[in-house]
Amino acid sequence: MKKELTDIKTKTLCYHCGEDCDHNVIVSQDKHFCCQGCKTVYEIINKNDLCSYYDMEQAPGINQKHRIREGKFDFLDDTQIIKKLTHFQDDTHQHVIFYLPQMHCASCIWILEHLNKINPGIIKSQVNFVKKEVTVIYNYHETSLKKVAEALTLIGYEPHISLNDVSSSKVKKYDTTSIVKIGIAGFCFGNIMMLSFPEYFSLAKADEVGLKTWFSYLNLLLSLPVFFYSASEFFISGYKGLRQKFLNIDAPIALAVLITFGRSVYEILSGTGAGYLDSMSGIVFFMLIGRYFQNRTYQTISFDRDFKSYFPLGVSVIDANGIEKQISVSELKVGDRIKIHNDEIVPADAILFLGKGTIDYSFVTGESLPVEKSIGEIVYAGGKQTSGAIELEVVKEVSQSYLTQLWNNEAFKENKEEVKISFIHRISRYFTYVLFTIALSAAIYWSINDPSKIWGAVTAVLIVACPCALLLSATFTNGNMIRILNKYKLYVKNASVIEQMSEIDTIVFDKTGTITEQGKSEISFQGEGLSGEQSQLIRSLANQSNHPLSKSVVSFLPFTKMLNVKNYKEFKGFGTSATIHDHFVKMGSSDFVLGKDTNQLVSGSRVYVSIDEAFVGYFIVKNSYRQGLKNIVSSLGSQFDLKILSGDNASEEAFLKSVFGNKSEMLFEQKPEDKLNFIKGLQNNNKKILMIGDGLNDAGALKQSNVGIAISDDTNNFSPACDAVLSGKNFMLLKELINYCRRQKTIIFASFVLSILYNIVGLSIAVQGNMQPVIAAILMPISSISIVLLTTGLSSFYELNLKKSIPDQSHDQK
Amino acid sequence: MSAIFIMIGASLLLAIGFLIAFIWSVRSNQYEDDYTPSVRILFDNTTPQDNKQETNNKTSKTK
Repeated sequence: MKKELTDIKTKTLCYHCGEDCDHNVIVSQDKHFCCQGCKTVYEIINKNDLCSYYDMEQAPGINQKHRIREGKFDFLDDTQIIKKLTHFQDDTHQHVIFYLPQMHCASCIWILEHLNKINPGIIKSQVNFVKKEVTVIYNYHETSLKKVAEALTLIGYEPHISLNDVSSSKVKKYDTTSIVKIGIAGFCFGNIMMLSFPEYFSLAKADEVGLKTWFSYLNLLLSLPVFFYSASEFFISGYKGLRQKFLNIDAPIALAVLITFGRSVYEILSGTGAGYLDSMSGIVFFMLIGRYFQNRTYQTISFDRDFKSYFPLGVSVIDANGIEKQISVSELKVGDRIKIHNDEIVPADAILFLGKGTIDYSFVTGESLPVEKSIGEIVYAGGKQTSGAIELEVVKEVSQSYLTQLWNNEAFKENKEEVKISFIHRISRYFTYVLFTIALSAAIYWSINDPSKIWGAVTAVLIVACPCALLLSATFTNGNMIRILNKYKLYVKNASVIEQMSEIDTIVFDKTGTITEQGKSEISFQGEGLSGEQSQLIRSLANQSNHPLSKSVVSFLPFTKMLNVKNYKEFKGFGTSATIHDHFVKMGSSDFVLGKDTNQLVSGSRVYVSIDEAFVGYFIVKNSYRQGLKNIVSSLGSQFDLKILSGDNASEEAFLKSVFGNKSEMLFEQKPEDKLNFIKGLQNNNKKILMIGDGLNDAGALKQSNVGIAISDDTNNFSPACDAVLSGKNFMLLKELINYCRRQKTIIFASFVLSILYNIVGLSIAVQGNMQPVIAAILMPISSISIVLLTTGLSSFYELNLKKSIPDQSHDQK
Repeated sequence: MSAIFIMIGASLLLAIGFLIAFIWSVRSNQYEDDYTPSVRILFDNTTPQDNKQETNNKTSKTK
């Protein structure tokens, strides 16, 4: 039996989603629900005998306070869209993959794999939890894509379908070749080592029967796939680098592999020795593992999203006869009349035609409060309508709109990684020069003393001192650091981000959603205190208005019954007034309520209130800043230059100055291009910039900066093009995370020193021209393994610093 | 001693068999998702086709 979910004290938790039920508990079949939506979902699950859903985890459901409008998925009946979304179709079946960001627990997997109980037309559904995707196979004669999407929505998993799903031609395929390459290299390495045993221990008996020759030929055979298949990427990348006149780390590695293989083939075919094939395949094996480990970044976050994944796929269009029809956003033409429902995104620049627009641009421009739009005004693409349905006429196509123009900027065309050269490559270049000098001096020495040994000494030098140790230390350090950073909810795009992060000297913050919390505002009342009746009057009036400030007032005041409101009037841009229980209540700007403009620089927006023409006081609605902002700013300030770039107005400047100090530069009302150009300007002054932002308006700046981190309170939400995604909860850890990334170089240098020690031992044997394969075979794995241990050990050791700062944070929240 | 020639050959062939099995498992995307199967195996052993009567028994038990 399930534990009772009701908290004894005061809280009643929703049986479905586990949220606090606040004031309005809905009871059905002795279970409590926080909203009608959760109850409906429970009833559907119950009706279809799927109640095990609630047995696996406590309250696994997704909160249903925002119900999805009916007909939202009508566009999925369009054959063109079906064709683009489904990835397989035969006479009866269609296969489709839906992205369900809400997926979070075992119960989710369970219910999503039993979809056919809700819709019998579904034949099979299979979850990929890591990617948060579900593959649905259904019979399209019995059901349809639209009905599948609706079935998912019905149980609370609304599929996320964006414009990106149809415009990107191919789904990113899971990369199997790198694993196959590792498998083959490992297999050959193990077997070659085993077959080299008689050689290692100089078994005289084995020699007699020709076992050694037979084994060395087998070794040669086994090394072929390693050389030609597994190691091919080193040759290709090294060759590419040389063609661009750039000596990357792969070139010396390819050279070492080539020489080892060449010398071994010569020795085996001429019968003069056993070669170093075991060392060669071992090196390749370890290096491939290192690369794989380094590239294994967080799968569920895609870093190359653009506006397309933010935009919806379908939109309602009203044709000449006034009939509403769903079409794909990409088919929108200038002059089309579209209907945008509550909480939907305006997909193209359009003119408001009908209804009242309250557009939330916070994600697009950084303005923290929604903007009111009246008929005839232009609404830019990307804004979210927040007050009922509106009708608009499209004036620009989706790809031409104000917002999408940003993506035409050249910052989006160049590839960051190619421009920046990792310090690993620079070290490997010195390494190569030193190596060639040693090989050359060995050759000169032996040409004087014993010319027969030149060949052996030179090749042995190149074999032993392969820069693979350098590659290994870099890849294993990066791989482990990425893994640890993921643990602290900083998801980096690739390893070069860690290195870039260690070089930054300036941090630029966006305001809205970055240092303030998304969708939250802080509200306080200034005045002589409200009586219960006054509070009830104000709340009833505020409840009439859809203005965001009114909404914050409603949620701020204690819960009371709403009173009857008469003579309600709304004056756009000023305020509202009404008669409630014979009291005349007015609220709005000071101009409107007091009749005079208190023109002083104040932080936040103020809502003045008067009852029966007597001034009562005012509410201050401020952005709610992230907790502990002051601490993090002062600790970062000692180390970096801090700057603020905000798309919002300057109303919070005074407060920000008090936190950031007067030294920090602050710019307000910045357009996306302004932000990008500001970063560019700083970079021209040789600054290395870390940009921290969240919205689409930061996309340009994030892309242009050396490292762009997108803050996201919910990592499943959309975040724009960036190098890393940081969870808003761990914003406090920013300094520790940056300092952790700075350790990367220390760790790599430490392991590099270790590998040089090994190299000195190996080289001192090699230059003498009599290196035994057994020595190479022992030295190589030992040096590789000790480097792997050292790098992972050190990077985990430095993690302790990160761990230490965590209790502070939890303290802060309390 | 000559038996070792055959034995080594046979063992190598056997090992190659395993290698092929490994490559097949990678190619058929068995390593694509390493989390969901570990959860799935703990679900009650019912396939979507025949779980009608099974879950009927279960609902009486659950609530």
